[in-house]
Amino acid sequence: MDDGGSRMTSDQKVTPSTGEDPPPAERRRRSVLSGKSLEALALPIAWVVVIVIFSILRPGTFLSSANFASILASQAVLVVVSLALVIVLTAGDYDLSVASVVGLSANLIAILNVNYGLPVLVAILVALLAGLVVGVLNGLFVVLVQIDSLIVTLGMSTFVSGIVLWITGSNTLSGISNDLVRPVIVWRFAGVPFEFYYALVIALVVWYVFRYTPLGRRLLVVGRSREVARLSGVRVGAVRWGALAVSSVIAAFGGVLYAGTSGAAGPTSGLELLLPAFAAAFLGATTVNPGRFNPWGTVIAVYFLVTGITGLQLLGAQSYVQNIFYGAALVLAVSFSQIVRRRRAVRAG
Amino acid sequence: MVGDRPLLDARGLTKAFGGARALNEVDLTVLPGEVHGLLGENGSGKSTLIKILAGYHTPDAGELFVNGREVPLPLGPGEPQRLGMEFVHQDLGLVASLTVAENFYMADIAKPSRRFFVSWSRRAAQAREVFARYGVTIDPDATIDGIRPVERALVAIVRALEGLRRGSGDEPTLLVLDEPTVFLPENEVALLFDLVRQIAARGSSVLFVSHDLAEVRQITDRVTVLRDGRVAGTVVTEQTSPRALVNLILGQELQEMATVEQQQLDDQSVVLQVHDLSTRWLHDVSFDLRAGEVLGLTGLVGSGYEDSVYAIFGAIPAENGTLVVDGERRDVAAMTPKTAMAHGIALVPGDRQNTGSIPTLPASDNINLLVLDRYFRGGRLRQNDLDHNAQELMAEFDVRPARPDLDYGSFSGGNQQKAMMAKWKQIEPRVLLLHEPTQGVDVGARQQIWTMIRAATATTSTICASSDYEQLATICDRVGVIARGRLVGFLTGADVTKERIAEYCLRSSADASVTALDGSGG
Repeated sequence: MDDGGSRMTSDQKVTPSTGEDPPPAERRRRSVLSGKSLEALALPIAWVVVIVIFSILRPGTFLSSANFASILASQAVLVVVSLALVIVLTAGDYDLSVASVVGLSANLIAILNVNYGLPVLVAILVALLAGLVVGVLNGLFVVLVQIDSLIVTLGMSTFVSGIVLWITGSNTLSGISNDLVRPVIVWRFAGVPFEFYYALVIALVVWYVFRYTPLGRRLLVVGRSREVARLSGVRVGAVRWGALAVSSVIAAFGGVLYAGTSGAAGPTSGLELLLPAFAAAFLGATTVNPGRFNPWGTVIAVYFLVTGITGLQLLGAQSYVQNIFYGAALVLAVSFSQIVRRRRAVRAG
Repeated sequence: MVGDRPLLDARGLTKAFGGARALNEVDLTVLPGEVHGLLGENGSGKSTLIKILAGYHTPDAGELFVNGREVPLPLGPGEPQRLGMEFVHQDLGLVASLTVAENFYMADIAKPSRRFFVSWSRRAAQAREVFARYGVTIDPDATIDGIRPVERALVAIVRALEGLRRGSGDEPTLLVLDEPTVFLPENEVALLFDLVRQIAARGSSVLFVSHDLAEVRQITDRVTVLRDGRVAGTVVTEQTSPRALVNLILGQELQEMATVEQQQLDDQSVVLQVHDLSTRWLHDVSFDLRAGEVLGLTGLVGSGYEDSVYAIFGAIPAENGTLVVDGERRDVAAMTPKTAMAHGIALVPGDRQNTGSIPTLPASDNINLLVLDRYFRGGRLRQNDLDHNAQELMAEFDVRPARPDLDYGSFSGGNQQKAMMAKWKQIEPRVLLLHEPTQGVDVGARQQIWTMIRAATATTSTICASSDYEQLATICDRVGVIARGRLVGFLTGADVTKERIAEYCLRSSADASVTALDGSGG
């Protein structure tokens, strides 16, 4: 979102030469100006630096377009799941069940399509509906029963993965119809599989809603202060419930891409995405529009993380590097965004 | 008892932030046994001065003498305390969920000690003794959130005093009270003042930081007034008229706002009827609000008067009661902020930082929250129009600086309050509900907000829940007094004065069953 940018340009136009002392708020604002724009650009700059370093270290392989296309496409599911998370986080809640919904959705598609021979489109609709049910149930406990979303979705996550184990009989099922595999991973535009563009479309929609609709602003206000939102006539319960439901449906869409990418689904499919998604969402909140969860920052964060991991693996690092990288990134990103937020809070005095 | 050698003598303190001077050659002298006021508008340099004394800021220039000895600046950590200075800030630094005794001996617990076991019953008894010495009766076993706001302040102050006494023996000490009364109902401030007088009588000094003129006049011996980072004057309180003080604060003649001519409203139509409103604290409160009226609702703390505005708006649950608004009958228990707004009712809550606005979002987002849909055209929010709208409103309501892009929290209290008024003006309310509209607001903004409220009477009726009697006397046509949850009567006409309101509140709480003065229940 570029409103951070446009605000900054309006700042630079301020001419302080009116002869009188500016009020304190203004003084503070100007002195942090350069710091703030640097903050917004830090992650993209770091990304470019990482790319340059690996390109120098592994000139043949890393910089190849095939490698780039594979990086972009392989992380599409993670982008989608991270975006689902960003919606809920903006509304001030957690959703730990997104990854399990990916698994539920992918496995439903595999079972319905492979075992029952249902057309892919029907299987997809059922999978999305299942996502909706999970999200609505989350909302029921969070909004109506007023239980902390962290607890509700933690329980829901395990509950859903239990269901997945049950319906799959702990077996991996492959052979999902090419009707799904083709439009996800085979068809390409500019050398990059379609699934990357599906993820971009979701990011575009989230960005539009956040930036250009009243609903997006209400979501942000609910996330910052439920009481202020309520006293301003915002239907806080509906907004939170809606966020949880939509996030689950988007996660289920992530499951559709997951099934299409591998043509198969298994009992633990998708579960590995939870931590990277949190890492990306929080890391994304430090860039583009620092201090706010935002879709483009999240997309950049996903690819920053995966570029680092891919590069290290090309250098010969083992697969454990992935866990080390994501785990460290989550804690560092949250620490960093806390510092950003605290600085803003201090400034807000 | 006011001796000659100053306890604290600061000379030429200067501090600049990014080129602008927050403090400019400020001198401050506090004598032993003196209650010294530090007055000034927000941004006049009061906090910067206090923060230098507390060791937070390093001054660019200046000297400090304590008991005649020069002390090098800046003060290091713990040094102000070693010099006999202790600070009690607005937030008091108490842990709400712990008991009074636990809070009182917090410093001891925090210190590493060889003693593993803490006898809380003995600690509680000790605390009780200490309180008794200061003439304060507070149950040491009560939790902080279970006692009254003024009692919390007393706990914090006595705790600071005891810390000083143990640190410096019988050396004269300086207690700095940084806006201690901001969150206190006006009628409870007296208790705090009793304590302050006792402290001074024992030979310690108190630096009383405030922007409340009345309080400073009541409690201080001398006053130093800051304006734009300079000392506008240090005067003996008794010899200075309120008007002279105001002129020192503002640097210009403040236009006196005449107490409103109480309007004749009996022939005006009724805009809002409240029947038998009951909440957790209120019982069967009924009244009418007439077109163009400014109705005050007040009472002592705990009387529940402030519940009325929140319940009407649906912000807190009501147990019982009906509203008649727009000729429509509504169950108060079923009111939500959304339905209230649909009926043209607006609420500007008293706690502007937590329930009124979001300090970490720009002023524009805060002001525009109610009207977002108006700016959603052609499938997108018009951000430029939103900013423009906020800027115009900020200019109209004199919110300074009129910069919609700045975070709301970076504005001063008065400007925040004016921004809230601007926010709610946009829905053109027929009924404006206010709770403490000028709490923690500087004197200039206070006048402006009062003028705004009166100016709005052409289209709006207002209910102002407040324990600020001066404010009620200034802006209200009629003041309803609530005692122990019941509306005991109204003051009207020439009776709407600060003194009469105070008297009525005290008297009616002493005997809540007293029949209403004019018998009118609405």
